[in-house]
Amino acid sequence: MIKKIKLSIILLIIATVQSNALIEVDITRGNLDPLPIAVSPLSSDKDTNSKLIKELKIDKVGHKISNVVENNLKNSGLFNPLNNDAFLQKPDIAHLKPRFEDWSLIKAQALITGKVTLNDEKLRVEFRLWDVLAGKEMMALAFTTVPSNWRRVGHIITDKVYERLTGEKGYFDTRIIYVAEDGPKTKRIKKLAIMDQDGSNTKYLTLGNELVLTPRFNPTNQMVTYLSYFKNLPRVYLLDIETGVQEVVGDFPGMTFAPRFSPDGKKIIMSFAMDGNSDIYTMDLENRIVDRITNHPSIDTSPSYSPDGKFICFNSDRSGYQQIYVMKKDGTGVKRISFGKGLYGTPVWSPRGDLIAFTKLHKGKFYIGVMRTDGSGERLLTENYYQEAPSWSPNGRVLIFYRETKTDSEGKGFSAKLWSIDLTGYNERMVKTESDASDPSWSSLLSN
Amino acid sequence: MNLSKFFKNAFLVMLACLVLSACATKKVQNQMQGDVYTGTDTVEYLASGVPDRVFFATNESVLTTASRDTLRKQAEWLRKNSKVNVVLEGHADERGTREYNLALGERRANAAKDYLMTYGISANRISVISYGKERPVDSGSNPLAWSKNRRSVTVKAN
Repeated sequence: MIKKIKLSIILLIIATVQSNALIEVDITRGNLDPLPIAVSPLSSDKDTNSKLIKELKIDKVGHKISNVVENNLKNSGLFNPLNNDAFLQKPDIAHLKPRFEDWSLIKAQALITGKVTLNDEKLRVEFRLWDVLAGKEMMALAFTTVPSNWRRVGHIITDKVYERLTGEKGYFDTRIIYVAEDGPKTKRIKKLAIMDQDGSNTKYLTLGNELVLTPRFNPTNQMVTYLSYFKNLPRVYLLDIETGVQEVVGDFPGMTFAPRFSPDGKKIIMSFAMDGNSDIYTMDLENRIVDRITNHPSIDTSPSYSPDGKFICFNSDRSGYQQIYVMKKDGTGVKRISFGKGLYGTPVWSPRGDLIAFTKLHKGKFYIGVMRTDGSGERLLTENYYQEAPSWSPNGRVLIFYRETKTDSEGKGFSAKLWSIDLTGYNERMVKTESDASDPSWSSLLSN
Repeated sequence: MNLSKFFKNAFLVMLACLVLSACATKKVQNQMQGDVYTGTDTVEYLASGVPDRVFFATNESVLTTASRDTLRKQAEWLRKNSKVNVVLEGHADERGTREYNLALGERRANAAKDYLMTYGISANRISVISYGKERPVDSGSNPLAWSKNRRSVTVKAN
């Protein structure tokens, strides 16, 4: 469905100042003091504009790309994009050589400029990142792609700027797969949906004829695993979102659920329920070999691999209540790690490897939190009536999860929405979706 | 004289209030024992006198005395109607994580299945499906609604 995009990156100026940059974004505290940044609209000449209007039915694509960048930077909570009305210098001139006094006057510390041209039906976008206070260029890149990819160019520019200024990889050229919901609470219609990380380009992957739950991305390609009630047989499925081809995972004589991929994308780990007992299994996607990982009369579910693939965290009620456990990938060395008050579920290992995000239920409230992989250092990030199922951004910086509202005395007013929050507990925000939504899963970066 | 009449009226009003509020609490109590639903609002019948569902305590899959009574009636009815197969649909309330609730619904339906089997119903007449918290009967966000939703429902499959 999504064409593999060939983005040729041309380094305009290689010997830019990697070492002596003066501005830096403090990422340890979240959004207490977001960096003021000016995104000068990417300029384009009249000829390019009129051709692009014909092809994309969009005027001033350069401005639109800048809007994508601004919106991404703002939503990260680490940047404060300044109002364009205050910009003194014209975009095309600023791109050649900014008058730094003009930009420092409006308190910008960083400046992004750029230009859009159309060569042989290809969109060529170049941009520069400037350190306003030092009066220096920090980065200059150009991308060539098909014009319909203009939004992705905005995301890639944001990733480059974010990485240059924070020292961490970005998470903007990514997508979210989730479950789109509709209808009354007692008869919810659920469909698989996919969208860009910023909520645009929503596409529906199933029609809503059967119940679908918990889609998860393969970290290495465009495959998705999820639970479908097709023909009233709840089973884990594998879906190729480029071709639309789907298949049942394995041949189990009962419900399989809670699927996730291994970090190398070659296995699916999931629960299989039989005779009232749920245990954890893996299936190798190449040779179809099924391995049983846990064997315990309790409910063992919600498994998630560590990024090196050596460990698995999961939740189990073997202590009497739902708690989080860690074991080796072969199922040995099971160790309980959650000991706080309340119930713990849905553990997910951070892509950085140092933290496990979870859902906690305590005294009638639901929390999203993180703890170290040995269970120490528990931090609760957000409290609500109902929320669960955190999923990490590929850089391990942001969590996306879903939240449901309490209904009133007549059972009305139910809604389910996606929310995101920074690892620090700052910058909690609703992620806009076309309909109600749940079970989000964040993809890897589409380009690097 | 006037004063005593006033007190008399006030007393009557207070008495009425007490009786009314007692009725209100009694009504809820009648529908729940502990946090297990004991009412009949949502219950349907497989046949006259044979309720289709049993209810569970929070996070539990243990059958209550009332549940066992219901399942014995179902078993008797199934013995009489030997051509009928059933699906046991296990459900959980909305106060748990989705994946755990799928497992819990499966555990509840299997608790009911095991009981039917001990009363002579063959395993190949019974299939089990869990809906977790996906199909509540009551969309309320309160203990009574949750208690109605923690259930295993016996549905005719043919």
